[in-house]
Amino acid sequence: MTNVDIERTVTVTVNGVPREATVPVRRLLSDALRHDLGLTGTHVGCEHGVCGACTVLVDGDPVRSCLMLAVQVDGRSVTTVEGLARDDNRGGQVLHPVQEAFRECHALQCGFCTPGFLITIAAGLEKRDNTVELTEEEVDDMVGGNLCRCTGYANIKKAVHHAAATMRDAG
Amino acid sequence: MKPAPFHYADPGTLEEVLAVLGQEGAKVLAGGQSLLPLLSMRLAAPATLVDINKVPGLDAVEATGDGVTVGALVRHNALLHDAAAARVQPLLARATANVAHPAIRNRGTTVGSIAHADPSGEMTSVLALTDGHVTVAMPSGRQTVGWRDFFVGPLETSISGPAVVTSAFFPALPPRSGTAFAEIARRKGDYAVCGAGVVVTLDAGGRVASVRAAYVSVGLTPEVHDLTDAVIGQPAESADWAAAGALARTLVDPDTDIHASADYRRLLVGVLTERTLVSAAAEAVGRTAA
Amino acid sequence: MTTKLFGEPVRRREDARLIVGKGRYLDDIGHSALAAAFVRSPHAHARITDIDVEGALDVEGLVAIYTYEDLHGAMAEPLPVLIPHPQLTAARTGHPLANGEVNHVGEAVVMVVATDRYIAEDAAERIVVSYEELPVVVGVDAAREAAHAVHDEIPDNVGARHHQETGDVEPALAASPHTLSFTQYIERSASMPMEGKGVHARWDADDRSLRVYSSTQASTSVRAAIAAKLELSLEKVEVVAPDVGGGFGVKIVHPWPEELLVPMAAIALGQEVKWSEDRREHFISSAHERQQRQDVTVGYDDDGRITALDVHVWHDHGAYTPYGIIVPIITATQLVGPYVIPVYRVIVESVYTNTVIVTPYRGAGRPQACYAMERTMDRIADALDLDRAVVRERNLIQPSQFPYDQHLTFQDGRPVIYDSGDYPGLLDKLRALVDWSSVEDLRAQAAARGKLLGIGMALYVEGTGPGPYEGGHVQVLGSGKVLVATGLTSQGQGHETSFAQIVASELGVPIEDVEVTTGDTRRFPYAVGTFASRAAVMSGNAIALAARGVREKALRIAADVLEVDPGDLEIDEGLVQVKGVPGTSIPLRTVAVLSNPLRYAFDEAAKQATQFTTHDDTRPPVAEGDAPGLEHRDYYSPIRSTFASGAHAAVVEIDTQTWEIDVVKYAVVHDCGNVVNPMIVEGQVHGGVAQGVAGALYERMAYDKDGQLQNASFMDFLMPYASEVPDIDIDHQQTPSPLNPLGIKGAGEAGVIPGTAAIASAIEDAVGRRIAAMPISPTELYDLMRNDDTELTEAHRRRSGTGAMA
Repeated sequence: MTNVDIERTVTVTVNGVPREATVPVRRLLSDALRHDLGLTGTHVGCEHGVCGACTVLVDGDPVRSCLMLAVQVDGRSVTTVEGLARDDNRGGQVLHPVQEAFRECHALQCGFCTPGFLITIAAGLEKRDNTVELTEEEVDDMVGGNLCRCTGYANIKKAVHHAAATMRDAG
Repeated sequence: MKPAPFHYADPGTLEEVLAVLGQEGAKVLAGGQSLLPLLSMRLAAPATLVDINKVPGLDAVEATGDGVTVGALVRHNALLHDAAAARVQPLLARATANVAHPAIRNRGTTVGSIAHADPSGEMTSVLALTDGHVTVAMPSGRQTVGWRDFFVGPLETSISGPAVVTSAFFPALPPRSGTAFAEIARRKGDYAVCGAGVVVTLDAGGRVASVRAAYVSVGLTPEVHDLTDAVIGQPAESADWAAAGALARTLVDPDTDIHASADYRRLLVGVLTERTLVSAAAEAVGRTAA
Repeated sequence: MTTKLFGEPVRRREDARLIVGKGRYLDDIGHSALAAAFVRSPHAHARITDIDVEGALDVEGLVAIYTYEDLHGAMAEPLPVLIPHPQLTAARTGHPLANGEVNHVGEAVVMVVATDRYIAEDAAERIVVSYEELPVVVGVDAAREAAHAVHDEIPDNVGARHHQETGDVEPALAASPHTLSFTQYIERSASMPMEGKGVHARWDADDRSLRVYSSTQASTSVRAAIAAKLELSLEKVEVVAPDVGGGFGVKIVHPWPEELLVPMAAIALGQEVKWSEDRREHFISSAHERQQRQDVTVGYDDDGRITALDVHVWHDHGAYTPYGIIVPIITATQLVGPYVIPVYRVIVESVYTNTVIVTPYRGAGRPQACYAMERTMDRIADALDLDRAVVRERNLIQPSQFPYDQHLTFQDGRPVIYDSGDYPGLLDKLRALVDWSSVEDLRAQAAARGKLLGIGMALYVEGTGPGPYEGGHVQVLGSGKVLVATGLTSQGQGHETSFAQIVASELGVPIEDVEVTTGDTRRFPYAVGTFASRAAVMSGNAIALAARGVREKALRIAADVLEVDPGDLEIDEGLVQVKGVPGTSIPLRTVAVLSNPLRYAFDEAAKQATQFTTHDDTRPPVAEGDAPGLEHRDYYSPIRSTFASGAHAAVVEIDTQTWEIDVVKYAVVHDCGNVVNPMIVEGQVHGGVAQGVAGALYERMAYDKDGQLQNASFMDFLMPYASEVPDIDIDHQQTPSPLNPLGIKGAGEAGVIPGTAAIASAIEDAVGRRIAAMPISPTELYDLMRNDDTELTEAHRRRSGTGAMA
């Protein structure tokens, strides 16, 4: 018999940590991450899938968390901006190269859209062969689906190159 | 902007999906990239969402000599990067590259956008242009529905009651043929102000035998326009593609909205027709030579 | 020697939290708060005949419903007219919840409070409001024609008639060798920050005090407004602007209805209440800006020098006037730009329409002003067959003419006197940067590719840093940490960094020791707000003065301890030392400890300041006129605004088949005086230019005749992605302001100002047809190109005559 529910318990691995939440089935993934799991780094800018601020990785792929239901990530793996940096095993964190690059290149101002960009770019850079020179077309593809109202994007594109160079040098 | 309450089921078999869809106000959820905004804006309020993502066997792209079958759970991005599909029907990747942005393509499904029947969607036009069909599962069994019978109006298809589109079939590009697809959008990744897909087929002598075109954001449902008369028998390398564009402009009936007037869309139909025909013809010549 | 951080591209300190998802924006606060949602008017103009809440009452999780009937005392009164003006003769504001009539789609009618936002929206959806629809006024022309009135008692729809003149314009025009007249239009856009507005309120019933977080540009004034409206004593209300996800002007308006209603509900319910604006709400119930009709008549001589300028503007201010006529005044007074205008008259009629209110959006009336003036320059050049740059050059105020009095009264009630600048220098740099003289070559190259190419330029002068004042507080703790506070708020401008740079430089401490707080009334209760490119000028200087006060006190105390003259001391890397005598020093943190004479040694450091360790018994422990603690509070209150300036140029290429417009080059020369952090300033320019290009080519508020906003989503309101923003070349010039201690001028808005004018000019240059309505889209350009009535430019006729352009 098929379960037709109004509420469900969702088990999901978020940033490597198994989490569980009982949510109404209509709860958007963005809201579940922010309000049920307390991961407020994922921001909500439009709730109709255009701005990209809420972008997270689901099983490694960038998706708009406002365009998924929380129940749809049951049993899956989600990465948010809080999960981009790695623990340095000394109580601190090692930032992802794209996070470093955003700071170095002044690629953020108000910071509201930043998590969505970071997630999208990090996934884009990690998927590619970083020994190959990054093309402008690739950069445009990585930054082209997210809205930013502050920066005019110039420094965001610069940061993508900066991060790619860091990742190439790191091998 | 939060969805109204609904019930949710994510059955593991098509039979169960159809059973739940039998309930009043039930609606299929696949990629959700068009549906979720409608829910959040409360422009749609289904009583039950039936999520088909757990149904096995719907996520395959099968390319054969006849054409490409795209399962209901194939994401745009998977189709975009499917080399075999691109060989059999190059229009698929070419059109899919124009669908929104990568994060949307990672989740949105090709079949879902066809079932959504949005005249500004790319894949509806591609289904029409390739003379494709969809396969619909219903409690009574599976049924194939040709694109002409499938698209009834904007956001409206002929299927009703408990039914799920399980796949779409895009016939292979015929021999001695070439295709091209192009769009003009206000912002890259937006719904097109106008898009055009074309198929040019040559005769054995390299002369134009047939020209067909379909458009995006033009008309209420996908239409295929035969432009052959404008260029029939002309050598592919020197055909009067502008004449085909001019003919296309007389055949379409676009609407005005806040982004473009009907006249402007008609202008773009002509321009995009000509531009895409030039590259489609070049491809056809290459394939004919090969 | 301490690295002087002033002027250095110091990496931002706020980024550390923002890049790891640890920012704290409004909706990140208060997870257990109740949520508010609103029933908003679906009609642009209507009388409310009934509100039936019955259907909502059985929604599980509903907590409260409020309508106008539930508002009492000051809350039942209209919202304040924040900036009254004698010429604003017919001001109107709405109520926190509509009182019987709605005047734009989106006006709040009912507030619902529930256990979460989903449920609040469920309940709101079930409330039935009955309306009797009234005639709708949309657009400046409809407002002027006044076939219908937005407010019954204002039949001509004119809220204000703003008028300034510097001489007798009619005889001056009559005496001019040439005159020309034209009418042009500019459309609405909006600030559109990525984070909408939002309010969180927590009432402490035991303490009878209220804490409000608001995504605002003016926390101190929000605090005062809440206290006044909710009839609370000011000291019982604190308002904090947390991390704010962009403002661009829309969050300077206050109190927004929600800023009053949410605290009201929190008090009434004794629970935390939060409202996070969603995107649709932001479109239809925040604020827009920019729509004007401009009628220009200009007199000029054979050389293109302006002899007289007469401008009549109709400014659409929407349904209400909470922000007074600031935008019209800015248009009126900034219109003259960097030019000598011997006689100038401007009349701005600010008119009501049944649309969302119009309040400042980055640039605030200046893009329109620049559009009027710069397009006038283009027209003169065209009429006289002169280079557009040359005509501008001939009209520029010369460096020797500063201070230059335009004999106008600015938005702060102060005279428009340009303090410093070098406008010919800007123009020269711009011509070089964009290679102005190469345009005919570029045009020919583009033509060979089937494209039309054009170039345009626009110059501006921007009054920045208006008063009345800002303050700063600097305090050195015994730990060595330096706390800095200012009342104005931050929305991405990097204040935590640039203000820390100022303090580190002034005080001689490592920047790592400096901690800056903005927009928190608990830390600094006196402030005006962040708008008009004023934060660096106003708070920057106030903080510098406060730091200087701390330094002076530190040197005095250290001189006592070291038994030297304060004049012989310097502070470097947090160490007070005798100049040229290494080793004779005392850490600033010790000075801080000593500055506060103690009885109790609550920690190790404190021991140094207790009564049996300090020895001088000839003076009271706290000297007369002195105060304990190493801290200082100071204020900066300028005599008038300081005037930044700049020049932009755009090169466009137009596809002659599709009429798509591509900005292929965009050049900026800007002058904001001394620069605290060039990296941050450049970022401001980038962002401004993106909004300028957006306003010229992409964004508009598409209202239909019924006052329905047709594009109230990011799908249809075309805010540019990276793919739509051109690369920007920037050159700099620095003419320090003589008006303030740091010599700085504002930089926040500059980038957006000339975009519309420069791009209109470039398109006109490319197509040879008059561009008199902006923004312009390909479909509109197509209409313009095929319309036989479209006016051709003289330049086009000349070019066609020589066959230079097919």
